[in-house]
Order: sequence, then structure tokens, then C-alpha cells
Amino acid sequence: MPALSTTYLGLPLAHPVVASASPLGRTLDGVRSLEDGGAAAIVLASLFEEQIIRDNESFARYAAAGTESFAESLSYFPPVSDATVGPDEYLKLVADARAAVHVPVIASLNGATERGWVDFATLLEAAGAHALELNIFYLPVSADATGRAVEDRYVHVVQAVRNAIRIPLAVKLSPYFSAFGEMAGRLVNAGANGLVLFNRFYQPDFDLDKLEVVPNLELSTPNEIRLPLLWIAVLRGRIKASLAATSGVHTAAEVVKCLLAGADAVMTTSAVLRNGVSHFRTLVDGLTGWMEDQGYESVAHLQGAMSQHKVADPEAFERANYVRILQSWH
Amino acid sequence: MTATLGTPAHRAARPGTEPAIAMTVDGNEACASVAYRLTEVCAIYPITPSSTMAELADQWSSEGKQNIWGSVPQVVEMQSEGGAAGALHGALQAGALGTTFTASQGLLLMIPNMYKIAGELTSTVFHVAARSIAAHALSIFGDHQDVMAVRPTGFALLASGSVQDAHDLAAIAQMATLEARVPFLHFFDGFRTSHELSRISGLSDDDLRALIDDELVRAHRGRALNPDHPFIRGTAQNPDVYFQSREAANSFYARTPEVVAGAMQRFAARTGRAYRLFEYSGAPDAERVVVLMGSSGDTARETVEWLVARGERVGVLQVRLYRPFSAAHFLAALPETTRAIVVLDRTKESGALAEPLCLDVVAALAEAGRAVPVIGGRYGLSSKEFTPGMVKAVLDQLSAARPRNHFVVGIDDDVGRTSLDYDRGVRTEAADTFGAVFYGLGADGTVGANKNTCKILGDEAGLSVQGYFVYDSKKSGSRTVSHLRFGRTPIRSAYLIDQAQFVACHQFAFVRSLDLLGVAAPGATFLLNSPHGPEETWQRLPRPIQEEIIRKGLAFWVVDATAVAREAGIAGRTNTVLQTCFFAISGVLPREQAIEKIKAAIKKTYGAKGDEVVRKNFAAVDATIARLRQVQVPERATSRIDFLPVVSTQAPAFVRQVTAPMLAGRGDALPVSALPVDGTYPSATSRWEKRNISDLVAEWDPDTCIQCGNCAMVCPHAVIRAGVLEEAQLTGAPAGFRTAPIDERGFPSTRYTLQVYVEDCTGCGLCVEVCPAKQREAAGRRAINLTEREPILERARTSIAFFESLPVTDRAHVDFSTVRGTQFLEPTFEFSGACAGCGETPYLSLLSRLFGDRMLVANATGCSSIYGGNLPTTPWATNAEGRGPAWSNSLFEDNAEFGLGMRLAADGQVTLACRLAESLRETLGDELTSALIDAPQRIERDIRAQRMRVAAARERVQPLAAAGDERARHLLSVLDGMVRRSVWIVGGDGWAYDIGSGGLDHVLASGRDVNVLVLDTEVYSNTGGQASKATPLAAVAKFAAAGKTTEKKDLALQAIAYGNVYVARVALGANPQQTLLALREAEAYQGPSLVLAYSHCIAHGYDLRMGLDQQQRAVHSGYWPLVRYNPELRRGGENPFTLDSPRPTTRFQDYAEQELRYRMLARTNPREAGPLLQRAAEAVARRWKLYEDLAR
Repeated sequence: MPALSTTYLGLPLAHPVVASASPLGRTLDGVRSLEDGGAAAIVLASLFEEQIIRDNESFARYAAAGTESFAESLSYFPPVSDATVGPDEYLKLVADARAAVHVPVIASLNGATERGWVDFATLLEAAGAHALELNIFYLPVSADATGRAVEDRYVHVVQAVRNAIRIPLAVKLSPYFSAFGEMAGRLVNAGANGLVLFNRFYQPDFDLDKLEVVPNLELSTPNEIRLPLLWIAVLRGRIKASLAATSGVHTAAEVVKCLLAGADAVMTTSAVLRNGVSHFRTLVDGLTGWMEDQGYESVAHLQGAMSQHKVADPEAFERANYVRILQSWH
Repeated sequence: MTATLGTPAHRAARPGTEPAIAMTVDGNEACASVAYRLTEVCAIYPITPSSTMAELADQWSSEGKQNIWGSVPQVVEMQSEGGAAGALHGALQAGALGTTFTASQGLLLMIPNMYKIAGELTSTVFHVAARSIAAHALSIFGDHQDVMAVRPTGFALLASGSVQDAHDLAAIAQMATLEARVPFLHFFDGFRTSHELSRISGLSDDDLRALIDDELVRAHRGRALNPDHPFIRGTAQNPDVYFQSREAANSFYARTPEVVAGAMQRFAARTGRAYRLFEYSGAPDAERVVVLMGSSGDTARETVEWLVARGERVGVLQVRLYRPFSAAHFLAALPETTRAIVVLDRTKESGALAEPLCLDVVAALAEAGRAVPVIGGRYGLSSKEFTPGMVKAVLDQLSAARPRNHFVVGIDDDVGRTSLDYDRGVRTEAADTFGAVFYGLGADGTVGANKNTCKILGDEAGLSVQGYFVYDSKKSGSRTVSHLRFGRTPIRSAYLIDQAQFVACHQFAFVRSLDLLGVAAPGATFLLNSPHGPEETWQRLPRPIQEEIIRKGLAFWVVDATAVAREAGIAGRTNTVLQTCFFAISGVLPREQAIEKIKAAIKKTYGAKGDEVVRKNFAAVDATIARLRQVQVPERATSRIDFLPVVSTQAPAFVRQVTAPMLAGRGDALPVSALPVDGTYPSATSRWEKRNISDLVAEWDPDTCIQCGNCAMVCPHAVIRAGVLEEAQLTGAPAGFRTAPIDERGFPSTRYTLQVYVEDCTGCGLCVEVCPAKQREAAGRRAINLTEREPILERARTSIAFFESLPVTDRAHVDFSTVRGTQFLEPTFEFSGACAGCGETPYLSLLSRLFGDRMLVANATGCSSIYGGNLPTTPWATNAEGRGPAWSNSLFEDNAEFGLGMRLAADGQVTLACRLAESLRETLGDELTSALIDAPQRIERDIRAQRMRVAAARERVQPLAAAGDERARHLLSVLDGMVRRSVWIVGGDGWAYDIGSGGLDHVLASGRDVNVLVLDTEVYSNTGGQASKATPLAAVAKFAAAGKTTEKKDLALQAIAYGNVYVARVALGANPQQTLLALREAEAYQGPSLVLAYSHCIAHGYDLRMGLDQQQRAVHSGYWPLVRYNPELRRGGENPFTLDSPRPTTRFQDYAEQELRYRMLARTNPREAGPLLQRAAEAVARRWKLYEDLAR
């Protein structure tokens, strides 16, 4: 039996398969089920500051709608003197999850304002999170925003949060940077202890009957592992930070590939939503079997074995690869 | 006689001193805070203006707040005030300390139990925010008619006159009732006291414990029903002993005044605040004395002091304990020197020699042999202002050679010549009192900010404060006027400010229509929220405003609060900005201190809503000062702008002469002769009030439109009108009159048009959301879109004028069975004052299109009676033929019975008409007579034919009637009724599910041909969202602050159980065609019909623009299954139950999470919220299964 233990963000894990942020990480029951299913660590569903702001504003707006207009109905709701506000519910989830499960609990934060990133990060640390994953998701739809400004914004957020908290800090981000390698380095220099590659971009669809934009997010497919695989392999050994792969991890094959590329942890959600929480064990069993078949004694032994540094043909990760594929396609 | 000037000492918290508990509260809270702590059971029911007391009790109970004995009072909402009184009676008999809060009609409903409770000598206190009685009209405002109606019940009546009184006398009443065993009714003036904010000294729990004798509490329990010591109470008695028994309790009433006096003394010893049964103030040697009670007491005291200071020998005697009336105490309080008395009653007893208080005074004097002349008069009905000038006028009457008796003061009675003239210039307020008047728009935050200001200045700065708020009669786009007084001297001016040192107008549009500065004192400060800079603002003012600013030497400031708020991220909430301006330029507090207080208040107000909201408001405060600009006022007015006309010159005389002054805020000046004697008002007046309340209005795009009629159907204010015309009729059409070829084969020269009455549009956007047509080149735009009003206003006006000149579509040519068809029918319910986006009014508009020309409407009190019948203008209208719904509101509780009565009358007249027609067969002719009597009248074509027969019959019998034939004359008087009347009983869920439930049940069981439309908003919307039995499980509402824990009553199934009642559940937003079908089937069904209409409501807590989408979610989640139960189908062997909605396709939670009423609990009680919502979802699934079974 090979040794499966690994370390992610400095946290010891029994094996490298981790539950990424998902609806299952939104409730305590869900968190418990993820542990029962075999996840080595659990990233909670993201706390969206924008959602909190909107909820609070809509709460304020609709609680006040129509008030002080008509003498008989000066208000329409009972006064709220002791309400659960903003992140209270989420903070309680963090604390409850810490108490309820034995695996590391990683809080996930999607901020909207500079102050929000820092304030909420501080609160999440205080609530007991083992680590924090910053789910930085910024869509620069402005035609005036420069690439560097967008990059600076990411770096600034990481720096601000790093200065505010002491727990390990991971950054989950998209691949859409002109020079991702340099960007990764800047984030690590700014204080990130790990990078989670990659979050899945919001890509709205159109409803052709109603001529409306349909905001939805499809579950991932195994093909999506290619991009994380590429960048983990490239970054392995080049930056001093943990690397986690996410998006497209559906079978043990993807787990193995990610580890070979150099991931410290491999995160999955879509496959678990499709197959149930027991899928974690399926993945771990598959990994174990493959390692046994291939004679790997430990995950450490395996990690990075096919990173760009270590493969026979480093150029296989570069542009030539792309060109050749296209040529062979035709 | 030892009374001295100004006694008794004013009892409000003295400025500068720190009372034990200082609090700035309104009268309702002041009273409830004591009543709640001294009770064990509260039986409640909402009614304005007392609802707040019940809401507070429910809220405190749900929060676990304890009474002074350490128990949490049980608060139970009943189905009516009658029910509340019954429950309370039971609780009292079983030994609980109990109370209730009510007013007006609610108090009247308690009368039977009040006699019982008093007859059984049961200790209790009812707290009443005294209000007018519905007579010729309903009024929610304050006077003593309700209290006077219960004076024979045997309850003691104790009157408060101020917010402090309401707090203190609530305790004194409880002390006294326990000792005297006589039940007490403690009352204060509705709105003037119940809604006035004031800084008072509060009673602590220890105070209350010290005041209440627990021995008496135990004695009360000892008199309770107890199977261990059984007795019976509530026997039936016979002529032999009933009379004696009634007299047996006399001694308790005889000693009650002394009991109350003793309680007042103990109260004074504990608190230092002295009350007496009759409180005299004024000259010790007064010759002329005014006697009155309630909030007028303070005004009278203030005026009397002013008069005494000017050498007048006058005084005021304020009645505290009105029943039992202690002549001895009254006479003892009256100065020996009194030579004449004037008694003021805030009530009306038609036909009486005088009003009740006056008669009591006369009797007291006569029995004592005091030959003091007494005159009496009425004042202040329905919160009519009562001012120092009026006090002076009534006292002056006593100096007249022939004092006028039975007068009225405060109105112009040009018919009975009973009114007293008075000097409007009498000013008696303390010199250091600062008065400020603020004009705002409902829900713009003005009132909320002013309440905050009162708390800042009262609680934080220790000033005497008074906040009083005046609202207008509409639920959307309404105007608010806040009257704030502050000062170091106690404030006793229970009347509106007419000489303000500060006037603020928070809505720039008001400058064109309101005389804003009539209330400004010379040298006052005027703040205007203006989107323009100082110079441009000045140029845009109407000339009368400019002139007033110059004449009065006002300091004029402007600020673009809208921009400041927008830039701070709180668009639309200008209150924070304008409150900051007030403090910055009024000088009532040092600026820095004021800003600190404002921020603290923001934190307190918005803290529960999240830091971001607080931060944005802080930002707005910080940005405000720099944006304030003072206008350099020129020496002369230059404007050529005048005020906008109130109504068109084309309006009918009544509208111009009576309605228009009301609209302009000059209704107080209308004389008695201007008003109808019996409450009968013309229909169709809302069309003359062009409110222009929304800057965004609907605009039609003919090229995209598919002419489906959805927009016209859903428009809550009936501002969208469709029509057809021939191309030839376009001759003379104004430029910009929009039409499109009609989307119908075979009519090549016919054009379709859709007109939007933009001046009446509220900009709710329902029409946009329901429009299925999208512009091909821009998918975000529909065939109807919201656009800026101003640029299209003139075009719209001319288009509408032309549209109205066209002939209306002939009803005989309209397909009544489709939504598309009904758009061409004239609505005879239009331009109501309902909320923008109201979910109720589209149903009424549709009803009026379908049956309006022959409808009788019985309307239960509630939202629909208010937007349907609240003056100045009303929306029930007439069609081009002059016909329209005949509408009336009786009460809240009796509406089904009221409608049944209409049916009985209509049926009786038909029977009579048939008999008379038969007897005049020779004159009418055989064919016409038979057809008149027997022809079917089920569909519109039949109705039109019958109308023609009726017209023919009229023509034929008129000569006979003119010749004096009695049969012919009788027939003419009932002939109209031969066109089948469509009787509609309309009301909300509060009526149908609760207070009117028994009557509704009975009427449905009667088998008579009435149609009931329940506009189900699932709460008492009109009184501010209290739970009814229609409120769904898990929703938060007032009276269900912890979330409703029981399921909504299934009224449909209850009615279906009768078997012969047509029942439908509809949701116009989910399936308009089913709604149309159900209403038509209900109307055609010759028996009782019940239609339950899902009505989205502002009390549900979401953007009402999405109301129709939310109706779809309600239906598609299975929460609101669309059903029809048509007993006629049974005759054909079919299942009468039809389930019109598809199986649920979304989860109940997906529907519920859109609404604040469901989301609120997740915030206030997250632990309970989840399970409760889960239960609600299970209940939905269970009911759906039941309905599916029924539909098989």
C-alpha cells in the first residue's frame, strides 16, 4: 500500500484528493458528508461579498419599501432588531465545520471591495478556518482596463489579505493572463501560500426562444484538466507555493495526471455532484491502484514526475506542441 | 381654591434634567410599554391607529420580553375585535390579567363583551387610540366618537392628553381597575397622540411593581373560574331579579372616582407626576372656563396661560376620568369664581340636545344647584385641527352678550350658521420653541429621518421634542409633511406648525404645485432639494414662491441631495443627506455634534442591514456639507412661472369646486354647504387628478407590438388603453399619434392603437415585464418600455385627447373570451391611488371591463376600499354611455352580507318589475313583455338586447306614467334593474379569511347569485402587513414576527365542500386566460361564486415589477394551484373540479426565496427558518397531491 499523505498549504492531508468549493460545502450536513465520503480537506462554498452587499441592500430596500407613505400602513414588516447580518451565517458554518470534522476546513472568499476582502478574511480566520482560499474572480468588461491594472488588482488583494491574517492563504484564479507564470510568481511574492488552478469562468448562454441571457454554470468535463495540467507542470519547482489542480478532475486518471504534473492537492466537485460523495474513495482507490501497478511508493514520489523540469521533452509543453496538434488534426 | 397659574406642573421630561428613563416615543409605544408589562394575555386585532400597540406587544412577546412578574405575556391575534374581546373575556374569567388595544369600529365590535366584562365587575384595561366612526364615510383619524359610543357599557373611561399621559395613565388605569373591579378604557387621541413623537419620562419595572398591589392581582385570580371552588357566572335572569342585580354593582361605581384619585396620588408620590380626575389650569379667579378632554387639553392650557398673562380671567378644566363622572370632583376643581362655562366635545351625537360631555357638565351643575350658564360645541372631528385661536374663540363666546350655544369651531358651517370665527394669528408657543416643517414623498426617507432627528434631539440632546407627521390619501406617490418642534421649554402645542423657522422641501417637483412657504415664519430658513444650482433653481421657482421668499426675508439654501446620495451609492435615499443639511444650517445643535449624532443614528438604523449600507450613508453625510449652497436672493421676483392648475377647466363643477380644493390641500376651508349631506359622491373623479408621480412612464412601440392585450390587462392603474379605428378616422390625428395595422385578417383599413395615460402612469413596469414581444434589433427592449416622461408628455396629452374623441369600441364586437379581446373594453376602474405595481387592482380593472356597466360592488374595508373610495378622487368610473360600477363600502366585517343585501334588493326589483310589466302587457306589447321577462341574459349579446328592450319599454310606458298611472310610474322606478345586475363582493383576505369569514360562509351557503372576489395578499395589507389566516406557513408578518407556524387556510376547499358554490383560484400573472375564464364563469353561474385571486403585494418584500413573474413561480411551484370548481359540470356527469395548472416544475423554496417575508426569518431566527420552510414545502406538496386526487 503506497503512502498517500501529502501536504497542502502546510496542512498535512491523508491523501491529495480535496473537496473544492461547491454547494455541498454550504451546509454543515454537506461538510460532514464530504468528510464521510473521504475528502482529505474541504474547501467551503465561497462567501461572496457582493452577494452579502446585495442581500443587505435588498433587505434594507424591501423592508423600507412603501413605508411612511400612508397613515394606515407606515411599515409592512415587523422591525428587525436582532438580525443575522452579512457573513454571520457563513462564519457560524466555519466554526461548526471546524468542530464537526477532522479534516482541514478551508474557507473560501470572493470579495467585492478592498475593505471587504480584508474584513471578511479576518473574520474567517477568527472563525477558525485552517486556511483561506481567495476566489478572485474579476471580469474586466471595461474596454479601458489594461492587463497590468487587472494584474495589480489581484496582487493588491493578496497583499492586503496576507497582511491581515496569519493562516495559510491560497489563491484560486483564472488562467486568462498574458503571462501566467509571471503572474503566479507575483501572487506568491505578494503572500500566497498556494495557487488553485483554475476557477471556472462565468460564461453566460443565450436562450434563443426568449432572447435572454441565461446565467448558468455547467459541470466540468474531464477535458478541462488540460489547462491546469499544463500550468502546474510548468510552475512545479519554479514557485515556492503549494499547487492545487481543479476543474476537470473526474476519474483517478486525472488525479494521477495532476500529481504527476506536480500538484500538491487535487480538487474535485463536478464528479462528486454527479456520483455522490463516495466518489472521493473511488478516486483514492484508483490512485492507490495505479500507484501500486506502477510501483510508486508514495505520493511524494509521484508528485512532479512529469513536470516540465522532469519530462524528457520540455518543449512538449510549449507552443510547438500546439502547432503539432493542429497539424495532426488536419 | 388653591390652583395657580399653570398647574398642574407639566409632566413631560423637563429639558436639561435627566429623568430616570428618558425616551422619545410616540403615544402608542408609550402606552404599550406599560400595558404590556402589566398583563398576562393580550388579545389583539389590527386597526388604525392602534395597530402599533398590538404590533409591539406581539414583537416583545416573540422576543421573550417579560412582564413585571417575570412572565412573557401571551399575545394572540384573533379574527376580529369581537373575537379579541371574547378571548379576553375568557382569559379574565379564568384569572389572567388581560388587555387589548383597539379603536373605532374595533371598539364598537367589543361592545357586547364590554357589557359582560363590566357587568361581572372584571378588572381589565382596554387601551384605545380614539378614532372617528364610519358614518357617512370612514375616517381613520382621531376624535372621541368611538369612546363616546361605549360610555354606557359600564367601563370607566380615562382620558390621556399627551404621550406622557398615555404612558402614565396606562399604569394608573391598571392600578385602579384592580382596586375598583370596574373595567377601564384608557384612551388618547388617534394620530395626534398615538402617532406624535415626544420625549417622556419612562416608568421602570420597579416603578410599576411599586405601583401595582399584588394582593389585588391575587384577588383578581381568586375571583376566577376554578373547578376546585366552582360557581357559575353568566346566568340568565328573569324579570324578578335582573333589575335589582343591575343595581347591585352601584357601590363599585360610586367609589371608583376615589379609587382613581388614590391611584393618582400614589403615582405622584412615586414619580412626582401629579394627575387629578379633573385638572384645572388658569387664573385662580377665572370667570370663564373651558371644559374638554384629550389632546386639546395641552393646547387649551397653553392658550389659557397666554390669555391670563394678558389679563384675562380664564381657565381650562381637563377631564381625566370621564366615567364614572364624579360631579363632586368636577365641582371641586371648578373655580368658585366661574361665571360661565364652555364645554367642548370631540364627538357628534346627531339629534341630541348637546354632546355628552356638555350634558354631563350641565347635569353636574344643576344637581349641585350651581347656576352657571353652560354652552357647548363640537370641535376636532377626524383630527380636524384645534388651535389656540379656537380656544380663544370659544372663551370669547362666554364674554359675548348672547353666547352662541351648540356651535362648531374649526370649520365653516355656512348652512347651520353654527361655526365660530377665530383668529388664525394667535401664537402661544414658547418663544424658544423651534418649528420645522419638511415636505417629502412617501417612502423617500423624509419621515424616517425626521423621526431620527427627534430621537437625536430628545434622547441625546435632552431637548423637548415633538414630531407629528401628516400623510396624504394615496398609497403611491403620496406627499408627507413632517412637523417638528424642539426647545428647552416643554412643548404643549398639539397642533400643526404654521410659523416654522425652518422649511425643507425634499422633492423639487413640489415647488410647482404647493404653497410650500405659507408655513414659513419671517426670516426662516428654506432648504430645497434641487437638481439645479442656486441660480438656476431660483429661475425655476414659480413667482409666488419667489415673492414669498423675498417678502419674508428667507435664507434660501439648495442642495442636490439626489446626486450626493447617488454618488455615495445610496441612490434614491436622500434622507441622510437632507437630515445632514437640516442640522448644518438650522443651528439646533453644533454642527460637529450633530454629525456625530447622525452617524450614530445611521449605525443604529442600518446596522442590522450590514456594514456596507452604514458605510455608504456615512459617505453621504461626509459629502453633504460641501454641496450645500446658499442662494443669493434678488430684491425682486422675476419668474413668469405660476403654479400648475390643480384640475382641468374641463372637469365637472363638483370636481372643480370641491375636489380641486381638497387636492390642493385646501379642503379644510370647504364650507359645509359644499359637501354632500349623505356621503354620496360622483364617480369617475380620479381621471381629473393628473398626478405625474413617475418620471419614468410606459411608451408603446407599434412596430414591435403583437397586440396581445397583456399590458392593458395587467396595468394596475388602467393607464394603457387599446382601441381600433379606421384609417379614415386618422384625419385630424395629431402628429405623433401612433397606430399600427390591426393584426387581424379581413380588416385591411383598420388600425390598432395603444395609448398610455402617462400622467397617470406610476412607472411600475409590469407592462414591460409581461410584454412577450421583443424588438428584433435590441433584445432588451419590448413593445412597451419605460421612458422619461417629460420629453413625451405633450405628445401623449394630445394623443390621448384625440383618442378620447374617437368612438369607443362597440362591446358587441368584442371577443370577451380572450385577453386580446378584453383590451378593447373600457375599464371603469382607473387611476387609483394603489401602490405602484399593485397586485390587486388588475383584477378590478378586468372586472370593470367585463361587467362594469351593470355591476354593484360591495367592498370590504381594506386596501381596496381605500384606493377605491378614499377622497379626494376615486377610481370607480363610468363608460362612454355614463354607466359604471355602483360601489359602496359598508364595514370590514359585514361585506358578504352587504353584498347579499344588494342581491336581494336587485332580485326583488326584478320580481316587481316583471309583475308590473305583466300588468302593463297591453301597453308594452306581448312580444316585448315576454322578452323583457324571459329572455336569457347570460352573455354580452343578450345583455345588449335586454338594454334595448328596457329602452323600448321606457319609451312605451312613459306617456302612461306622465298621465299618472301608478303602475307605470313604479315600473319606471325599477326598470333599470331588468338588465341583470352583476353583484360583486370584493375584499381582501383579512375580511374573507378572518373578520368576515362567518358572513362569507353564510352568504356562500345562501345559494344566491353573488360573486365574491377575494384579493388575496396573504396579509392585512392596508394596516401594514399583519398576519391573517391567509398568511402562509413560514412567512414573517406583523403579528407573526417569528414566522407563521400554521398553514394557510384553504378557503377554496371550504367553499367547494358546499357543492353548489362555483370556486376558482386564479393568478393573473401566471395564466391570464384562466383568470378571464374563471371570472366569466363565476359571473355566469347562477348561484354563489368565490374567486380567490393571488395578489402580489408590497408587504411580500420584493420589487413589484417582478410581481407577475413571482405569480408564475407561485403557480409553477405548486404553491398556488390554479383550480376551478364548477357545479354545473356535475349536471353533465363531469368532475366539477378542474386543476388548471401543470404539475410543479420548480421548488417551493425557489418561489419563497424571492420574497423578504420568507427570507426575513433566516436573518432573525436562522435556526427556525430552515425547518419552517421545509414544513411549508411539505405542506405544498401534500396539498398538490390532494388537488390532483380531486381532479381525477
